[in-house]
Amino acid sequence: MAPHDLRRPFKRPAISDQQRRRELSLQRQSQNRRDAQQQARCLASSVLSLQSQYPDPVPELEIEPESQPQQEAGPLTKDLDIRQASKLRGPEVRKWFASQLMLPEWMIDVPDRLSHDWYVFARPAGKRCMVVSSNGTTVSRERNGSILHHFPSALPSGARTKDPSGSAQSYCILDCIFHELDQTYYVIDMVCWRGYSLYDCTAEFRFFWLNSKLAETGACDAPSHYHKFRFSTVPVYDCDQRGLYSAYIESVPYAKDGLLFYNKHAHYQTGNTPLALVWKDEKCSQYVIDTDSKGQVLSQQQIIGAKPELRQLVVLELQEDGKLSTSDDPPVIFGCLDGEFIQKSGLQSGSLLKFAIGNGGLSFVDGKLEKSDLNYLGKSNRARMFADSYSKVIFQYMVRHTPLKFDDLLASVSPSDDEENKPCDVEMVD
Amino acid sequence: MAMEVTQVLLNAQSIDGTVRKHAEESLKQFQEQNLPSFLLSLSGELANDDKPVDSRKLAGLILKNALDAKEQHRKFELVQRWLSLDANVKTQIKTCLLNTLTSTVADARSTSSQVIAKVAGIELPQKQWPELIVSLLSNVHQLPAHVKQATLETLGYLCEEVSPDVVEQDHVNKILTAVVQGMNASEMNNDVRLAATRALYNALSFAQANFSNDMERDYIMRVVCEATQSAELKIRQAAFECLVSISSTYYEKLAPYMQDIYSITAKAVREDEEPVALQAIEFWSSICDEEIDILEEYGSDFTGNSDIPCFYFIKQALPALVPLLLEILLKQEEDQDQEEGAWNIAMAGGTCLGLVARTVGDDIVPLVIPFIEENIAKPDWRQREAATYAFGSILEGPSPDKLLHIVNVALSFMLSALTKDPNNHVKDTTAWTLGRIFEFLHGSTIGTPIITQANCQQIITVLLQSMKDTPNVAEKACGALYFLAQGYEDVGPSSPLTPFFQEIVQSLLTVTHREDAGESRLRTAAYETLNEVVRSSTDETAPMVLQLVPVIMMELHKTLEGQKLSSDEREKQGELQGLLCGCLQVIIQKLGSSEPTKYVFMQYADQIMGLFLRVFACRSATVHEEAMLAIGALAYAAGLDFAKYMPDFYKYLEMGLQNFEEYQVCAVTVGVVGDICRALEEKILPYCDGIMTQLLKDLSSNQLHRSVKPPIFSCFGDIALAIGENFEKYLMYAMPMLQSAADLSAHTANVDDDMTEYTNSLRNGILEAYSGIFQGFKNSPKTQLLIPYAPHILQFLDSMYMEKDMDELVMKTAIGLLGDLADTLGSNAGSLIQQSLTSKDFLNECLSSKDHMIKESAEWARLAINKAISV
Repeated sequence: MAPHDLRRPFKRPAISDQQRRRELSLQRQSQNRRDAQQQARCLASSVLSLQSQYPDPVPELEIEPESQPQQEAGPLTKDLDIRQASKLRGPEVRKWFASQLMLPEWMIDVPDRLSHDWYVFARPAGKRCMVVSSNGTTVSRERNGSILHHFPSALPSGARTKDPSGSAQSYCILDCIFHELDQTYYVIDMVCWRGYSLYDCTAEFRFFWLNSKLAETGACDAPSHYHKFRFSTVPVYDCDQRGLYSAYIESVPYAKDGLLFYNKHAHYQTGNTPLALVWKDEKCSQYVIDTDSKGQVLSQQQIIGAKPELRQLVVLELQEDGKLSTSDDPPVIFGCLDGEFIQKSGLQSGSLLKFAIGNGGLSFVDGKLEKSDLNYLGKSNRARMFADSYSKVIFQYMVRHTPLKFDDLLASVSPSDDEENKPCDVEMVD
Repeated sequence: MAMEVTQVLLNAQSIDGTVRKHAEESLKQFQEQNLPSFLLSLSGELANDDKPVDSRKLAGLILKNALDAKEQHRKFELVQRWLSLDANVKTQIKTCLLNTLTSTVADARSTSSQVIAKVAGIELPQKQWPELIVSLLSNVHQLPAHVKQATLETLGYLCEEVSPDVVEQDHVNKILTAVVQGMNASEMNNDVRLAATRALYNALSFAQANFSNDMERDYIMRVVCEATQSAELKIRQAAFECLVSISSTYYEKLAPYMQDIYSITAKAVREDEEPVALQAIEFWSSICDEEIDILEEYGSDFTGNSDIPCFYFIKQALPALVPLLLEILLKQEEDQDQEEGAWNIAMAGGTCLGLVARTVGDDIVPLVIPFIEENIAKPDWRQREAATYAFGSILEGPSPDKLLHIVNVALSFMLSALTKDPNNHVKDTTAWTLGRIFEFLHGSTIGTPIITQANCQQIITVLLQSMKDTPNVAEKACGALYFLAQGYEDVGPSSPLTPFFQEIVQSLLTVTHREDAGESRLRTAAYETLNEVVRSSTDETAPMVLQLVPVIMMELHKTLEGQKLSSDEREKQGELQGLLCGCLQVIIQKLGSSEPTKYVFMQYADQIMGLFLRVFACRSATVHEEAMLAIGALAYAAGLDFAKYMPDFYKYLEMGLQNFEEYQVCAVTVGVVGDICRALEEKILPYCDGIMTQLLKDLSSNQLHRSVKPPIFSCFGDIALAIGENFEKYLMYAMPMLQSAADLSAHTANVDDDMTEYTNSLRNGILEAYSGIFQGFKNSPKTQLLIPYAPHILQFLDSMYMEKDMDELVMKTAIGLLGDLADTLGSNAGSLIQQSLTSKDFLNECLSSKDHMIKESAEWARLAINKAISV
């Protein structure tokens, strides 16, 4: 039995470069394997992501889908085709793009379990847009589909520079608000990240992902040659009393335009959704009362007998049978034009028409719209893509008559407020 | 029955090659014709005191080799062969072996000891040869010293060969008693005492119960410590070896003895001869190893089986231990840095000092700084070297804040010493220390950078200059540059190295061409540094990396032009090809990772592939592996274009998959199959029959190292994902293998961390295979083929969930698979999932996981499952 050798490595690094080469190869291979697997699953989710076909995870808030005109007209896939679509031109693509954003309804009553199931944050004032980075360039498109900027960015595949992930599949889609004053894209939601679709992930996960991933790319850094605009996240709070208060009162680097509420369990659902809500008052927005596209309060129309600041305009879509409907799915009917008038005015079904709400106002029975006093003003601006939503009309109506106040919101999330104890419906009578 | 073998055994050791060969042939024939008779003859020869010692020794050696082999499967065969021998034959052989222990010929006794241990290694686990230990123990009390000595030696070998759980505690107690008595100072015969001390070294792992008993432990420790004071060097050395072994096996029992052990070891380090002093230092290094492990486990708040607390022995010994180690740093040998494999007391002391620094961190700094300051500028090179070595040793462990000040002060001194010091040894250590500075105190995680615009130029100039120094110094300078570049790996679009890039690359290439680049590993270091410089390069220097491609290709081409090579030259050529292929691999991976550079690089693809194929034709294991890795990177970069290389490349791919012996080569090749699957997608189909056949063979082989099996399963997934429903024809082979592997891995004994880790990697491979297969079949009319496998998969997931020992990666892959199953099978899976025991709990647990990868997969799985259930 000989003595045992006790030599230890002397002046040598613990890992050889050969070992390192092996390990780096293995890392690359397993990353590539994950990418391939992910891609296969994305192909699956493209079929799965027509959420409207399947029960929503939060059934009590679900809207029964009756028809799916957008899905039938537009491409079936979302994340895969959005990259194609970003290269297209013309009115069709504008329409297509316009339908890709998740649009909040206006908050006309306080949802149950606000403090448990919802986030709140101060919405930046600015242009809502979809930012797509892919193949070494970044394109932002406004809600109406028109291109806002075409620029290099530090987002994955957002510029023609070294991309550490190295994958050509690593495109991203972000839901942003472009804030003119500091030339910053405020990212309010993440739709796709490095080729991975987040459409079918909960808001809780999307926000978590957004906060953990965006900064690490350098997209939040100051602008540079390869990174023309700064991106930024917004502070998101749990919608308890403190969070609500913080979102409402605390100063942020951007001008606020109301508060946005997101249901934690909601997936990214394109179009209007009751799982995201917007609310505003004068303190947290300059634009509480309806504004036109230039941000001017609409006041020039003379509606006899109404106080000028309370005049309310609505845009509704003319249906084939003469009914006037909102942009909701299913649409809500606000009234009807008679055939003779339609003919005389040369209006066609599908037209967007502008009305003022007259002295008769809106009447409700059991919380449902029963009657509305509408005065026809004319055709809507051609830039408009959609009629107003029901919640917008009602919110604007309430602002003018019985506004939902911040204190009401606070009260609904007060700790004393038992879960079972649902907030009362706001009375909506003229 | 036995046969006369003496002459043949002597002939087999003849200097005459022909005679030897003939004798070996006869022995082989004899063995094949009649194994029992052959073994009997050998044991008879070994036991016969009238025979020459040389034939007896060889007889014993052949016997030993008939019982054991290194290779696992061969060993298994030999064990089975012995067990199936006639019982009478075995008894006769064993009697011969035991008789030999009383022989007066020392070599015969010693050989027999080893053979007995081998037989015991086979028979004791089978509950055979129960009388062995009893009869050995009775020998210990026999008078002749040589019998005692042989018996203790046999017990030592036996403890090395046999696992503690097959020896009953009563026997363990008796063995230990005999051994410790033999070690006792009252034993006057040094041979007996040495044999006993060496036997204790192996018997220590049997002494778990005895070390838990205070009295027994005290007694063993006292005898060991006394043996370190023996007049006989070999006994002292063996006794310190026991202490080293105890320090790791029974760390938690050492507290009462540390004071005495410190005195004993310090005295040995200062006064005893080198072999003993080295063991004494090793004791402290080993304590450091233990405490580093324990503290690391604390750090990762791993509470599983880390019930051993840290006793902070090193921290307590620090004030005395550090001066001792610093003292012996001054005992360097001339030219120790140029000698391959040198090991002396100064080197051991420096290594131990480095371990102490890692163990205690900040506390070591104030104890070492005065030594550095006092000695670093002395005229005697030993003092300058020792001071520098001490400095380099403490750079890992203490916090950067504690070190930054002194490093900033020392940096310019070091740079000047590296150029001006007249002593080679000092320059070697200085360059090494600079490398350590860059390794541990430079990079994006360090707040205040030590390399600034002001000194960057000077540092690089000095390092490049030193690359022209003697090979050992130049090699360390390359190493320093390696870590300098590594610190800039994640620096962003613009690197401070950019202005020097061209010069650095040029200098490294010049080093590779030095006549003496074969010494001190210099050429290897230069290429490895080049690799790191390429890895840390940015867009700014991409054009220069591109220019490097034809240069390295030309070098590789030159290695292929050689005429007839001697075996020595062939080995050197193989090494160089390995380095060059490695370098190309790094370059391909770098340039392939961004679209514009990939596009330009691809113009070289045909030529590079041609070179790789010629390298394969040379056949050398390491080259094979490096070229294979490089081809994987090329396939990833080339994508579908890689298809054109497949006809020529395929045979080498198959060869790689068949390489059981060099399992690294096999593992690397399996990885490359995955790369090719993703590159070619369904175009890999024509090669799949061959690849699948080979992979299935690999899986059923018991020769192949087990670590390759999990990646092979993952590779099934890669293939299935690439060829989709065409995987149908492999289902009948792949699925049963997956199922039996799943059954095996579902319930683990959780013996140790290694086993748990292996089980998890196996599970991950299995799950990835299933995922790939299910995703591959999606939307095809053949999905119903997979339905029969679904219940088993769900049971597999259930059982893993219930075992509660999945790691994060397995959990993520597992929940993903549940989604894949639902996604592909739709309503067919829906009802199965609803009925399954734990799917719902598992999903919920993953949905609320803090690990975002798990959560991400779970979100997806929930969606797929909801759909499958609602349809």
